[in-house]
Amino acid sequence: MAAGVARAQKRAPWILLSPSLVTIGFLLIIPMMFIVVYSFWLRTATGADQTGFYLDNWQEVLSDPFYRDILFQTLKIAFYTTVICAFVGYIPAYFVANTRMRSKTFLLLMLMLPFWISYIIRTMSWINILGTSGAINGLLLWAGIIDSPLNMLYNQTTVILGLVHYLLPFMILNVYVSLDGIDKNLTEAAESLGCNGFQAFREVTLPLSFPGLAAGSLLCFVLASGTYITPLILGGPRDAMFANLVFEAIITQLNWPLGSALSLVLLALLGALVVIYTRYLGVDQIAKSFR
Amino acid sequence: MTNGWSWIRIATIFVYLFLFAPVAVVILLAFNANQFGSFPIEGFSLRWFDSLLHNDAIVRAFKTSLLLGVLTSIISTTIGTMAAVAMVRYDFPGKKAISSLLIAPILIPEVVLAVALLLFLQFLALPKSFGLLLMGHVVFTLPFVLLVVQARLVSIRRDVEEAAMSLGATPIQTFFEITLPLMLPAVMAGMLFSFTISFDDITGTLFWKPGGVETVPTQIFAMLRNSISPEINALGAVMVMFTVALPLVATAIARRLSAARIKASMAK
Repeated sequence: MAAGVARAQKRAPWILLSPSLVTIGFLLIIPMMFIVVYSFWLRTATGADQTGFYLDNWQEVLSDPFYRDILFQTLKIAFYTTVICAFVGYIPAYFVANTRMRSKTFLLLMLMLPFWISYIIRTMSWINILGTSGAINGLLLWAGIIDSPLNMLYNQTTVILGLVHYLLPFMILNVYVSLDGIDKNLTEAAESLGCNGFQAFREVTLPLSFPGLAAGSLLCFVLASGTYITPLILGGPRDAMFANLVFEAIITQLNWPLGSALSLVLLALLGALVVIYTRYLGVDQIAKSFR
Repeated sequence: MTNGWSWIRIATIFVYLFLFAPVAVVILLAFNANQFGSFPIEGFSLRWFDSLLHNDAIVRAFKTSLLLGVLTSIISTTIGTMAAVAMVRYDFPGKKAISSLLIAPILIPEVVLAVALLLFLQFLALPKSFGLLLMGHVVFTLPFVLLVVQARLVSIRRDVEEAAMSLGATPIQTFFEITLPLMLPAVMAGMLFSFTISFDDITGTLFWKPGGVETVPTQIFAMLRNSISPEINALGAVMVMFTVALPLVATAIARRLSAARIKASMAK
């Protein structure tokens, strides 16, 4: 009996895990291997894929300055987005974590709210604000400050703006979780030892909130670099990001081998970043913000 | 210090404004009588909501999204909860590796995942279908369910389950009588979470959707190609109300259910 129970105990986790392992295995692991295989195939002039082992896609992706430029542009946009999110997001996170107001729960709820509001709606809403007949132009025209509407949309700045708007809640929440876990006695101790408020923040609070800031930054950077909807809606024709190339290759040109090679470049870059991050800070930190 | 704090407070107000003003403008413009859906506002009207109801494409997209979201949340919550129980309640070799594997879809760029799944389907010579869309959404949402349920399960004491077992309950009875009710809020949260993620997804959906099938986000995306019409704002307003009301209603129902449960157990 005892042996039977022990065996059942051993089997139980695998039974429980099998549906999700099968799902991830068949829908993630095996497909990922297929991208690798496909990236060595060749798109022929007839439109059929030539199976085999060709390095042409890789050569094209790695040597063509067009791809390199867009890759740099993508990393640049993602970097600016992340830095702005970090600066702009830290403040409300700090406020909500430290406020003694009764409305703290409400403020927290408001921070969760953007997660529920549709991404595409939030992105396109900026057209209503910045467009030629949008809120800002409407206001300026009405006040007589300008005579003709300003062109504020469809450039790299609006892409960054849209991404910041989309990703800011991820940053705020990660930083908040970190800040909320800090023992308040520590800052009081620092102050009683002669620190002023800002020094206490710089020496105690900021370093202790670093894991949250790092987790939020990683999330922002990875999500920003993988996006193609925001540049499509808010960017101009020259503001494509790397994922737009992937979409273009796969959906529009049906050049799947090239699309595979491009996806692998994106995956390798962001994968390296995630690995470095988890090496130093652990994947748990990201999981924390979901609690 | 007081001075610094008031600056922080003002900056916080600005960040909240930044987050919500664009959404507020969408809702405001949805009620605008102006036929271009832009400023200046020419009066209050519900006509765009009315035209929404009579737009077959939108109604169809809404039904597709609803079905997709419900199926996704049921499947991924079921298998995600099972996995969470295994991760929290059992020890087995390779646990860490499996944990990272199950969270991987969050860390892999969605575009890459979308391409991978599409190529695999192509290799199997299967056409794009609703099934592919559903499978893709399950993979995306699974890690979120896992994380939410896991977090809750960690805080449920094992003693309660052990007490039930020592009183003669089988592991399965224990799960359905003790563990599941205790972690029900998290399971519901996971379900809601996966529903919203699925309902809102566009990145993967654009890759996977078969021709002619639209979800609400892809429908909005297609409509944006022309120009931003008041109808899009009305649709946006409906979606905002829908997605904001849903969690509130769900929490209210969950609260009522658990209150009823406590009352019932008191009566026994």
